[in-house]
Amino acid sequence: MSEHAEHAGDETNYVKIWATLLCLLIVSILGPFLGIKIVTLIAAFGIAIVKAYLVAKYFMHLNVEPRYAVYLLTTMLVLVLLFFAGTAPDVMKHEGTNWVKPVVHVETHAPAQH
Amino acid sequence: MAESIPADATHGHDVHHHAEQSFWSKYVFSTDHKMIAMQYMFTGMAMALIGGFMAYAFRMQLAFPGIEVPGYGTVTATDYNALVTNHGTIMIFWVAMPVLIAAFGNFLIPLMIGCDDMVFPKINRLSYQIFLLSAIVLISSFFVPGGGFGGGWTAYPPLSAKGEYNLTSLGSSLWLVAVALEFVAFLLGGINFVTTAMNARAPGMKMFDIPIVVWLIVVASILFMASVGPLIAGAVMLFMDQNIGTAFFDPDKGGDPVLWQHLFWFFGHPEVYVVLLPAMGITAEIMCVFARKKMFAYKTFIYTTFGTGVLSFTVWAHHQFVAGIDPRMANIFTVTTLLISIPIAEMCFIYIATLYGGSIRLTTPMLWALAFVAEFLIGGVTGIFLGASGADIYFHDTYFVLAHFHYTFFPIAIIGTFAGFTYWFPKMFGKMMNETLGKIHFWGTIIPFNGIFIPLFVLGGAGQHRRIYNYQHFPDLAGVEMQDLRVFATVSLIIMLAFQLVFFYNCFISWRKKEKDAGKNPWKANTLEWTAESPPPHGNWPELPTVYRGPYEYSVPGREEDYYPQNVPG
Amino acid sequence: MRPIANTRMAAGIPTGRLAVWWVVASEIVIFGGLLASYIMHRIAHPEWGDQAANTNVWLGGFNTFVLLTSSLTAVLSHKAATAGNGPKAARLLYATCLGAVIFVCVKAFEWTTEISHGYTITSSTFWSFYYTAAGLHALHVIAGAIIMLLVAETAKKNLELHRVELIGIYWHFVDIVWIFLFPLLYIAK
Ligand SMILES: [Cu+2]
Repeated sequence: MSEHAEHAGDETNYVKIWATLLCLLIVSILGPFLGIKIVTLIAAFGIAIVKAYLVAKYFMHLNVEPRYAVYLLTTMLVLVLLFFAGTAPDVMKHEGTNWVKPVVHVETHAPAQH
Repeated sequence: MAESIPADATHGHDVHHHAEQSFWSKYVFSTDHKMIAMQYMFTGMAMALIGGFMAYAFRMQLAFPGIEVPGYGTVTATDYNALVTNHGTIMIFWVAMPVLIAAFGNFLIPLMIGCDDMVFPKINRLSYQIFLLSAIVLISSFFVPGGGFGGGWTAYPPLSAKGEYNLTSLGSSLWLVAVALEFVAFLLGGINFVTTAMNARAPGMKMFDIPIVVWLIVVASILFMASVGPLIAGAVMLFMDQNIGTAFFDPDKGGDPVLWQHLFWFFGHPEVYVVLLPAMGITAEIMCVFARKKMFAYKTFIYTTFGTGVLSFTVWAHHQFVAGIDPRMANIFTVTTLLISIPIAEMCFIYIATLYGGSIRLTTPMLWALAFVAEFLIGGVTGIFLGASGADIYFHDTYFVLAHFHYTFFPIAIIGTFAGFTYWFPKMFGKMMNETLGKIHFWGTIIPFNGIFIPLFVLGGAGQHRRIYNYQHFPDLAGVEMQDLRVFATVSLIIMLAFQLVFFYNCFISWRKKEKDAGKNPWKANTLEWTAESPPPHGNWPELPTVYRGPYEYSVPGREEDYYPQNVPG
Repeated sequence: MRPIANTRMAAGIPTGRLAVWWVVASEIVIFGGLLASYIMHRIAHPEWGDQAANTNVWLGGFNTFVLLTSSLTAVLSHKAATAGNGPKAARLLYATCLGAVIFVCVKAFEWTTEISHGYTITSSTFWSFYYTAAGLHALHVIAGAIIMLLVAETAKKNLELHRVELIGIYWHFVDIVWIFLFPLLYIAK
């Protein structure tokens, strides 16, 4: 297991991965200009996940690390999701039986640019 | 500790040279895990004295409102808030954590897995230094204009977020900075513990040859690392709310105060297990040694620990049943909370099964270990009332919660510490403690402890709310029967604090003794730390040990001695 | 002086790298807690999109490009270190640091512009999250760059070459955080 460092570099073409990442980046910037909401979301977050996957797998060498390193990191992600699932129902609620969250207006010195 | 130790020849490249060390490099800037453990231990104990003194001051105010408290003076309402807040903060973050995890973890992990030090000694030293800094910041928060933070140890916004509300803008920021620094210290320490235990085991020591206390400290460190992140993020947000004027937790400007409660308790509940697990591990070690029996269901115990760890992440919102959270979520959190009592109960049964049929020796450490199980059981059982969201609506924020909490944390932080400290004292200093004084101290602590908190259960059931400065202002709570119970609790507290003098006296005379009467293995225990000198020198062993068997081979049939150390071949 | 404990490897991953994985794991929950808080607010407040429209996608995209490229130099540096070429590894680490400097400068320019337009950290909760999340990330970038300079100093002399990989793993993690921050703060409108 420990020898992976000697081999990992030879097999993977890091520049190719980098080029793929840049292509994905361009798509994620240009995608939203179509103005279709679902395309924007996929372009933004789908691609972010793919990019993160590529970086983690090839640049961080998780592909050759003992599996438990991957399990460790995914466990942490699952915990974050768990936190989200337990917390979001409360934070995303705008009104209850006896209360309403105030609507907040933003003041800035300059007019918004859109 | 000044002699030179030959290095493990097979590892070749490092030779330990220990020149005569100056006072500073030996006691203050040491990288030796045992010295860092002692630093954590005694800093923690000093903080415990401060926290105990705070309890004395505000309990006096509750029992005798308006009295001039001897040694403190009059407790004003502002003082009272700062005292209860910082009593909680200190006892959890500056006593339980440093003593149970950092001190015992540092002392035991390298010694029990048979290596010469932590894998990162300098990071270890840095961890303690940051911890010390955090303690200094916290104490200094008492002496700034406005005084110490008084918004409760949970620091709920908006009270904690704005100086206009809590009137201690500087004190609350310092409090927050101190807590954040403390987290950084324990993240550094935790990474060190986990990496050491995973990688640096002695040759021959398999996963299930590791003593339970090491397992449990490691699991606790992992729980800490995995749960503290959201609260660190939350602390950053709260700090900005306090000092920059953001509104993460201010509903008036689009924030959400309940978010803080989630961030806090997502850490806060696993934190209970972070400190509980080391105490349970210490108890397990002691019980096996003094019952002269193999640990019952060693592997099941470890798996149960994992189960507890996983479940502990799913229960946090049981602290928020009355915070206006979604009632459907309250149902889920009730179920998970009741579920988590199963693994803990299972662990208690494993203790009892370990004791069953053993030849029990009631030494001081063993008394503490038994008391831990008995008292923690009361804390656990009363927790069931609070975990059920229906009952919690009545009990919430009463002294019932407070008494329940102290029946869990006192056994963990105080009983667990005394158990471990009296058990490993011979290893730490090479001298035995006085048994008679130890037993006097034990009974003088345990009986008044119950005297403090049983009345508080009754008061809580009668509807007495916590964090109230003077109950005489509330006609329903000012009755003489209720006041008598408060006085009883306060007097018990003073007796308990007084008996701690016996402990310090015992430590002092044992430490001053001329001859080192402990020897290597006074309790005839199996684990590796008892094969080193007492106290172990820098580097622990001249030749690092090899392991041949599990840690709990007591009373093995066909063997002359009733113990079988891990490092004995055969 | 390194303890013998440091040279053991019972868990199959060298000690330094194992520790870095634990660092990354604990960082995941720190950023995860912050971003989860942001996301649940963001979903509940579609009107924040109007605020997000005022961020500069092009500068954010350029910064993503900078970080991705610096990740490439970091991993190439690791490759050089594995081959035993310390000076080359150090040069590539300096290139990575240059990326960090460019990133921070662009960030500073962005923030100055936004603040001068009146979008400060107290303008609204969106902007509070914007500055806090990007600021926390920028602190990680700066810390990473400083550590990288220290590692490059020893790597230049062909010493402690395993450290090149360790700082690399941390750097890729910082990169991944930005990969998520970019769509969260700039693209979703
Ligand atoms: Cu809880």
